[in-house]
Amino acid sequence: MEQQNPIIQLKNLGKQFKTSNGTVTALDDINLDIYPGEIFGIIGLSGAGKSTLVRCINYLETPTSGSVIFEGVNLGGKGQAVIRQARRSMGMIFQQFNLLSQRNVLQNVCFPMELSGTPKKEAVKRAQELLTMVGLEDRMKAYPAQLSGGQKQRVAIARAMATNPKVLLCDEATSALDPNTTKQILELLKRINKEMGVTVIVITHEMSVIEAICDRVAIIDQSHIAEAGKVSEIFSNPKTAIGRQLILGDAARQVALGKDRQLRIIFDGRESSEPVISNLVLACKTPVNIMYAETRDVGGTAMGQMLIQIPEDETEARRIINYLKTIKVTFEEVR
Amino acid sequence: MTWDSTTVNMLLLGIGETLFMVFASSLLAYIIGIPLGIILVVTDVDGIKPIPVLQKILGLVINLLRSVPFIILLLVMLPVTRAIVGTTLGAKAIIPPLVAAAAPYIARMVESSFKEVDAGVIEAAQSMGATTWQIIWKVLLPEAKPSLLVGAAISITTILGYSAMAGFVGGGGLGSIAINYGYYRYETEMMFVTVIILVVIVQIIQETWMKLSKVSDKRIR
Repeated sequence: MEQQNPIIQLKNLGKQFKTSNGTVTALDDINLDIYPGEIFGIIGLSGAGKSTLVRCINYLETPTSGSVIFEGVNLGGKGQAVIRQARRSMGMIFQQFNLLSQRNVLQNVCFPMELSGTPKKEAVKRAQELLTMVGLEDRMKAYPAQLSGGQKQRVAIARAMATNPKVLLCDEATSALDPNTTKQILELLKRINKEMGVTVIVITHEMSVIEAICDRVAIIDQSHIAEAGKVSEIFSNPKTAIGRQLILGDAARQVALGKDRQLRIIFDGRESSEPVISNLVLACKTPVNIMYAETRDVGGTAMGQMLIQIPEDETEARRIINYLKTIKVTFEEVR
Repeated sequence: MTWDSTTVNMLLLGIGETLFMVFASSLLAYIIGIPLGIILVVTDVDGIKPIPVLQKILGLVINLLRSVPFIILLLVMLPVTRAIVGTTLGAKAIIPPLVAAAAPYIARMVESSFKEVDAGVIEAAQSMGATTWQIIWKVLLPEAKPSLLVGAAISITTILGYSAMAGFVGGGGLGSIAINYGYYRYETEMMFVTVIILVVIVQIIQETWMKLSKVSDKRIR
């Protein structure tokens, strides 16, 4: 994938807002390469700047420094016509769906094609195909007020895909939905990515969304990219405090609770058939206390993590650490 | 007063004149007010095409016009009316001052209706590469339609109220009947009758436009 030229490049991107309380830096020195066909996640806590970042990609927000390069063209300093053309190649969906309330489902999907001047007959045909793809072929005459949240997001996805975009920007697209509906929408996004070859950029504050569909992820914290890389790599070895916080999730709270030495053991699928903990206890002849454990589906592999409390005694602790090293299990010490 | 054919004809003529004044000036005031309202919203600092200087100046002019009492506006507009209509008497002559009073009012009503349109929907249209014109025509106007119709119910009935003042400067309609017969000639009964007719007209206009708004609004299940 990396041999290809990136479809979107962000270079030293910065965005500052002038408010009555002075200048606020929303983004600072953001560098990212996004490749065609991948699902790229951008995760951060609220206020980290991720929504501003996605709006800079399609120039809904004009960056104050650096550049956005889309398919080799720097969007900076270009006229409105160029920006509009670029936007038509980038569909966008939102947390609040943002459907036109006075238009029915079919008319909503036809809307972007109306804007770009597609003949009506052709537009209706394409809209019907898209609505069939998202599973709403029987709700074409319904108005947004008559639909559930998940259905509204499906309409929004069909609408975003109407102009055959190369990129789909998803701004917290599942944050207003329940877990079950979230799963269905994520599956739909994955299908669109696979079947139509659309590059998907997902903005979220939920690690579970990243784990479910993303190939690569960038963690954004306090206007900066804290770390970026393959989801499985970031998951098994987060290098920054924010990365750890986002990945550990509930477990992070456990870490804060305990004062003892703790180890975080990462299972990347290979070890799941082996009774690692039992073998550890038998080999080291030392009891360990399991504080937290979970298994997640990260990009198709079962990734697990476990927090164990190890004895205060230095020799016993070292014995455990050495054992883990010899059986080549990924682990790290957390305090 | 007696209910002979002269009185009935006079009242019918009055109703006709009032409706003519109100609807003609409402139409003209909307033709001027809608574009002004659009300019107010679109050129606002956080609008889709910010031109803050223009927005501020326009807002100021609208406020100035709105603060002039209608009865004064009637007198000030006399030369303008004579130039446009050719006379300062009758129902036609009241239309220019009514439009001058109503247009800035309507501009503000339209502005507030447009501001109700969800900013997210406008952003979505922008993300699809919509031009400013396309956003005005295909997003702002259709999405604001139910609210614009509610605003029209309020605006038209307000214009009806203003039109009743026309009697003082020799305009026509029910207002001048109420003033000429009811007030100057002490025919209280005539005053009551005209007022009741005005109340009925207000009711009909209000209910009709509210109904139009409700029927056109797709947000209701």
